[in-house]
Amino acid sequence: MGLENELEGMPVLATRLDEVINWGRKYALWPMPYGTACCAIEFMGVVSSRFDVSRFGAELVRFSPRQADLLLVMGTITQKMAPVLKQIYDQMPDPKWVVSMGACASSGGFYDNYSVVQGIDELVPVDVYVAGCPPRPENVIGAIVKIQEKISNESIRNWR
Amino acid sequence: MTERAIMERVQARFGAEILSCYEFRGQCAITIRPAQLRPVLEWLRDEPGINTDWLMDVGGVDYLGFSPADGSGDDDREWRYEVVYQVYSMKLNHRFRVKVAVAEPDLVVPSVWDLWGIANWMEREVWDLYGIRFEGHPNLRRILCHDEFVGHALRKDYPINKRQKLTSPSENILCEKVEWA
Repeated sequence: MGLENELEGMPVLATRLDEVINWGRKYALWPMPYGTACCAIEFMGVVSSRFDVSRFGAELVRFSPRQADLLLVMGTITQKMAPVLKQIYDQMPDPKWVVSMGACASSGGFYDNYSVVQGIDELVPVDVYVAGCPPRPENVIGAIVKIQEKISNESIRNWR
Repeated sequence: MTERAIMERVQARFGAEILSCYEFRGQCAITIRPAQLRPVLEWLRDEPGINTDWLMDVGGVDYLGFSPADGSGDDDREWRYEVVYQVYSMKLNHRFRVKVAVAEPDLVVPSVWDLWGIANWMEREVWDLYGIRFEGHPNLRRILCHDEFVGHALRKDYPINKRQKLTSPSENILCEKVEWA
């Protein structure tokens, strides 16, 4: 009847474009670690052997935003650093996702003062917020799984 | 040497120029006018037996609205600010504290960056957060707050909720042309 019948016996698999592209994207997230405080120390545990984020396909940490599609903001963002974070985000190619890790990145934390941005959503769009001060490595892996679920429901038609 | 012994020698040398002295649990401090700062610190650094070769910290204090009931020495101070110098002798393992009374409207203290190079950045920090100028400093600009920041954040009359956004990365963050003065 359909395309599958025509392809019977051939080494070909038919699927939807969204399915196969999202499948590739969600298991090959390349994180850009924007670590400014103790949350970044916790992230070392996330990528190391005990928790091992490579089980979720997000172990290829890039230190150039041009090569990354997952921005992990881990730590206190000061007003002085705010334009730099914005610039890093702008330098990342689409499609891209943002995780705000910990109390400081999400809300300023207890730094309710003259120098700290009260949540990075003032600067960049955030996909997942992770609670904790700092969060456990499992929470960060949980955030990556959330991002994967989000990617599964996206369509290539909606990206620029 | 105990801090009291250091204080007694400082008093013997600079007696009349010292505004006040106090001792609290073995820690001693003197308060002086800005004009005496350089002679006193230079003497502390070079005097045999004292030799405070390390300037550990320079800090500012704003006493606006300060209640004089805590018994910290200068209960009747007529000045609003103080700059506090912590010095230490690595050879002899003793420390001492020198406070400088800074009265409005001038807010000027002589720089000591030629006595200890580290004073360069510490004085910039005090300037940034308290607005106290250091005369003779080679590069007195903000060190912590960003370049578009207006005012001095640790003054007691700085509004506690006032935040100031930086509109663009300042040149000296992304591509600093460093002049190590």
